[in-house]
Amino acid sequence: MMDPIQTDLKKRSAASKSEKRGQCLTFLCIGISVLIIVALIFFITYKGLLLFLQDKVSILSFLSGISWDPNNGNFGALSMLLGSMIVTILAVFLAFPFSFGTAIFISEIKFSRGRNYLRLAIEMLIGIPAVVYGFVGISVVVPLLRVTMGGTGFGLLAGAIILAMMILPTISTLCVDAFKGVPEMYRYTSRALGATQWQTLRRIVLPIAKPRIVTAILFGMSQAFGEAVAIQMVIGNATLIPTHLMSPAATLTSVITIGMGDSVRGSIENDALWSLALLLLLISLLFNLFARFAMRKRN
Amino acid sequence: MNNKSRPQFADMAFKIILYIIVSFVVFLLCGLLGYIIIGGVPYISWHFLTSGSNYVYAGGGIGIQLFNSIYLTVITLLISLPLSFGASIWLAEYAPDNWMTGLIRTSLEVLSSLPSIVVGLFGFLLFVIKFRLGFSILAGSLTLAFFNLPLLIRSTEIAIRNISENQMHAGLALGISRWEVVKNVIVPEASAEIITGIILSTGRILGETAALIYTAGQSASLIDFSNWNPLSITSPLCPLRPAETIAVHIWKINTEGTVSDAGKISAGSAVVLLFMVLFFDLAARYSINKRKKKTDAQLSKL
Repeated sequence: MMDPIQTDLKKRSAASKSEKRGQCLTFLCIGISVLIIVALIFFITYKGLLLFLQDKVSILSFLSGISWDPNNGNFGALSMLLGSMIVTILAVFLAFPFSFGTAIFISEIKFSRGRNYLRLAIEMLIGIPAVVYGFVGISVVVPLLRVTMGGTGFGLLAGAIILAMMILPTISTLCVDAFKGVPEMYRYTSRALGATQWQTLRRIVLPIAKPRIVTAILFGMSQAFGEAVAIQMVIGNATLIPTHLMSPAATLTSVITIGMGDSVRGSIENDALWSLALLLLLISLLFNLFARFAMRKRN
Repeated sequence: MNNKSRPQFADMAFKIILYIIVSFVVFLLCGLLGYIIIGGVPYISWHFLTSGSNYVYAGGGIGIQLFNSIYLTVITLLISLPLSFGASIWLAEYAPDNWMTGLIRTSLEVLSSLPSIVVGLFGFLLFVIKFRLGFSILAGSLTLAFFNLPLLIRSTEIAIRNISENQMHAGLALGISRWEVVKNVIVPEASAEIITGIILSTGRILGETAALIYTAGQSASLIDFSNWNPLSITSPLCPLRPAETIAVHIWKINTEGTVSDAGKISAGSAVVLLFMVLFFDLAARYSINKRKKKTDAQLSKL
């Protein structure tokens, strides 16, 4: 027979009970979050593979086919894939010089009065919704291109300009962080040795900040690649292989955004759209992988 | 020795180019904000903000969309806050340092980098079709809550980690459980920073479009503002009715183009959306600055 003190000691304390409860509760939260992520990847992969497994479309013809005409059984995603890639690369080329310059100005040029305001404004730009950029694209960029370059104005260049405006703040804030990561002491030392600001930047700051700048560009690219609404509003939505800068085109995201509402669920057209979504998912994951790789190199 | 040497010349050139680039960016910034604000403010009127929209004739307002945006944001926060709270406490306090934690962190990071349209399609598949919620506020909120989760978890976790370890050690030394210390000491202490994170994510929810097109739907069904019974389909509070938000409305009238005054309505809606987002952004900034001043004052006292 146990005496009451012994049972009391062997019983779990109130604190330990509440501790277990808290641990379980919080683990449940993180568990649900991870479960949904796994479900997302599983569902999109499953739906995306239906086109190949159930409808017997070959993956090769999907990736390399030029003609996208799901009603007549042509499932070539190449034009969209090219459209997405060209627009993304163009946008990064347009945005990088400006975001890089802004980042240098904010983090390197000391005693400039405007830099705090500039930083504030750039950070506020990140918050502007994509659809507002799309609206500005339709009402300013497209008419401007129509007048200066001819054509309808809708097309690759309009898309690239809007995407460039959207990723400019992202790349520049990440570049500012990259420059901030370089210890101030290195700059003082270099300047004390008589180097100019340009020499200090080129020989000391840039080499150290480089991996993080590469990561910043990758983040910008991944944002541009995944953007759906703004690009769909200005790119012209023609699933053709783009031939020049002004030609109307389509991206993976724009075709999905328009098509998903029009196609009947379970039909082969619908399956093809899910395959595009899977392609988009895979490429986003690839960008993430590259960004991680660039970061790891730094460590 | 009047002529400058080469390095100094290069430095000059670098600075001139830099100033040209920056002034172009400033010009672009002012042009963008100026265009949206100057172009949109004249269309804002009490009638525009409160009346229902019209898909065929000119003169429609955005009253229902405005209500939908706010209501959807509230529901989204109600769903995502408890989840992100629990998850971030686990990550900050309980997570063991092993491969599983690494995997969890990686998957959260992957989620935060996914395009919003992909998350929207997943929400369409799971909530709209599988759970039979249809195009509804609930489906939209669940999708957005999930989309917003990584950002909220990260900001809350950082806020919790910023609280000194000593608080936890003091609590544990008094025989209080880790959970109780977190609940009663650490979270209240970190609350200001946690709230800043929430405000920032609110702006993001308000402006989201791609994830909502196929989850909350593209139609603003007629609602009766005198009916406050949440179970009735015409009630503004009903979570199962389709709800087009302001952001989706701008997208829709610009892509379908059936309304004759689409330009005016989108200009007005864009500026309303911009003001709401900037309001949350500035509110977050204000709270960060206030906290910084407070800690500076405390530091100078020591």
